Amino acid sequence: MLRLLTRELRLAWVERSGGAIALIFFLIVVSLFPFAVGPQPQVLARIAAGVVWVAALLACLLSLERLFQPDAEDGTLEQLVTHGLSFEAIATAKIIAHWLTTALPLLLLTPLAAILLNAPAASWGLLAAGLALGTPALSAIGGVAAALTVGLRRGGILISLLVLPLAVPTLIFGVGLLDPLAGVAALKWLAATTLVALSVSPFAAAAGLRAALE
Amino acid sequence: MSGFLAMGGYAPYIWTAYAVVAVWLTGLGLVSWRRMRQLEAAADALRAQRRAER
Amino acid sequence: MHRFANPARFLRLARLIQPWTAAAMFACFGVGLYLALVASPIDYLQRDTVRIMYIHVPAAWMAMQTYAVIAVASLVSIVWRHPLADVAARAAAPIGVAFTAICLITGSLWGKPTWGTWWVWDARLTSVLVLLFIYMGYMALWSAFDDRQRAARAAAVLALVGAVNLPIIKFSVDWWNTLHQPASILRRGGPTIDPSMLKPLAVMGLAYLFFFITVLLMRMRADLAAQRLEAAAERRVMAQEVPA
Repeated sequence: MLRLLTRELRLAWVERSGGAIALIFFLIVVSLFPFAVGPQPQVLARIAAGVVWVAALLACLLSLERLFQPDAEDGTLEQLVTHGLSFEAIATAKIIAHWLTTALPLLLLTPLAAILLNAPAASWGLLAAGLALGTPALSAIGGVAAALTVGLRRGGILISLLVLPLAVPTLIFGVGLLDPLAGVAALKWLAATTLVALSVSPFAAAAGLRAALE
Repeated sequence: MSGFLAMGGYAPYIWTAYAVVAVWLTGLGLVSWRRMRQLEAAADALRAQRRAER
Repeated sequence: MHRFANPARFLRLARLIQPWTAAAMFACFGVGLYLALVASPIDYLQRDTVRIMYIHVPAAWMAMQTYAVIAVASLVSIVWRHPLADVAARAAAPIGVAFTAICLITGSLWGKPTWGTWWVWDARLTSVLVLLFIYMGYMALWSAFDDRQRAARAAAVLALVGAVNLPIIKFSVDWWNTLHQPASILRRGGPTIDPSMLKPLAVMGLAYLFFFITVLLMRMRADLAAQRLEAAAERRVMAQEVPA
C-alpha cells in the first residue's frame, strides 16, 4: 500500500501540470467573486472564508475523475488486486494521494486567496486550520464518488453531483470555525465529520471498485 | 361555496399548493401505471409467442 | 431470505394486494382532503394557510421514509444479493423525489403568506433541499450505466453512504441555522398541535403512504417486465450468433 502511495505521488509529480491546473482554477474562482459582488473591502472580508471554502471544494472535484480511471483502463487496478492488494488498501492509498496532491497545495495557497479577498489577518490561521481538517473528508467522499463512477464516459459531472451534497456538513463546520462564539464547537464537529468520512469511505470506495471489476 | 374557494383570502397559495400535489402525484401514478401495463403486456405477448413456437 | 426472491411469487402477491392499497389510497385521499380543506379549524395566527400543512408535513415524512426504504433495500441488496431489493430501491427513488419536491414547493407556498418570502434558509427546508440533491444524484447514478448489475451495486453503495451522511447533514444544518437565526421568525406548526389538526394530518399521511405502496408495486412490476424483455432480446441475439 505504501508502495502504491509513493507510485501515486511520483506519477503526480511527473504530471504536475495537471495538478497546477487545479490551483489556477482555485485562484480564478476566488478572483471571480470581487467581479461578481463588487470590490468593497468590507464586503469581501465578510464573505472571504465562504468563498475560499467553496473554491477549494470545486478545485478538489477537478482531479477526482482521473483518480481511478487511468488505472482501470490500462489494467493496473486488476494487476494490483491479483498481487494481493485489497480493494480497501487501494482506495485508502488513492484517497491519501488525492489529499496530498490536490488539497495540500490548495492549503498552501489559502493565504494568497485570503489576501486577495481582504480577509482579516487574524482569520487566516482558522481558515487554514479548517481546510486542513476538512479537506481529508472531501478527498474521502470524492474517492467514493470516483470509485462508483469508474468506467463511465461522463463520470466527471456525475462525481460533482454526488460529492457536493455530501460535502455540506464539512463546508458548514469548516466555515463555522471562524465564528467567534461557536468556533470551538465547530472544530469538534468538523473533526468528527472528517473521522466519519475517513472511516466509512475506504469500504464504500472498495465496494464501488469491486463492482467495477466484476 | 365562494367563501370556501376564497380560503380567507389565501386562495392563490392554498390552491396552488394543492394543485401541485394533485398534478405531480397523479402524473407519477399514471406514468407508472401505463409503463407497467405496456411492459407487462409486451412481456406476456413474448412468452405466449415463444410457447407457440415450441 | 430468498423465499420472496422468486419474481413470480412477488408478482402474485403484488397483484393480490395492489387493488386494496389503491382503494385505501383513494379512500384516505377523499377523507383527508375533506378534513384538511373543509372540516378543520382555522389557525388563529396563520388563518387558512394552515391548510397547506396537511399536504406539506406528510410529504416531509414520506420524503424521509422513502429514503429509509431505499437504504434498507440497498443494504439487503449488498448483504444478501436479493434480486428484488435493487428493483424496489430503484422503483422508490422517483416517488421520493415527488414527495421531496412537493414538500419544498408547498413549503415555499406556505412561507410566502406566513414569512413574507418564498424561501428562507430554515433548517428543515434546507435539509430537505439537500435530500432532494441526494435523490437526484442517486437517480443519475442509476441511469448512468448500461450494465444493470453494475448500476445496482453502485447505487446501493451510494444509498448507504447517503444514509450515513443524512443524519450528519441534518445535524449540521440545524447547527448552522441556530448560528444564523434571525431574531423574529414566525414558527410554523408550533410546539403543540391541536387534536383537531392531528386527525387530517394523520389521514393525509396514510393517503401518501398508500400512494407510495401502490406506485412502488407498479414500478417494480414494470421494471421486472422490462428485465424479462431485455433477457429475451439477449437470448435472441445469442441464438442468432450460435449457428454463424
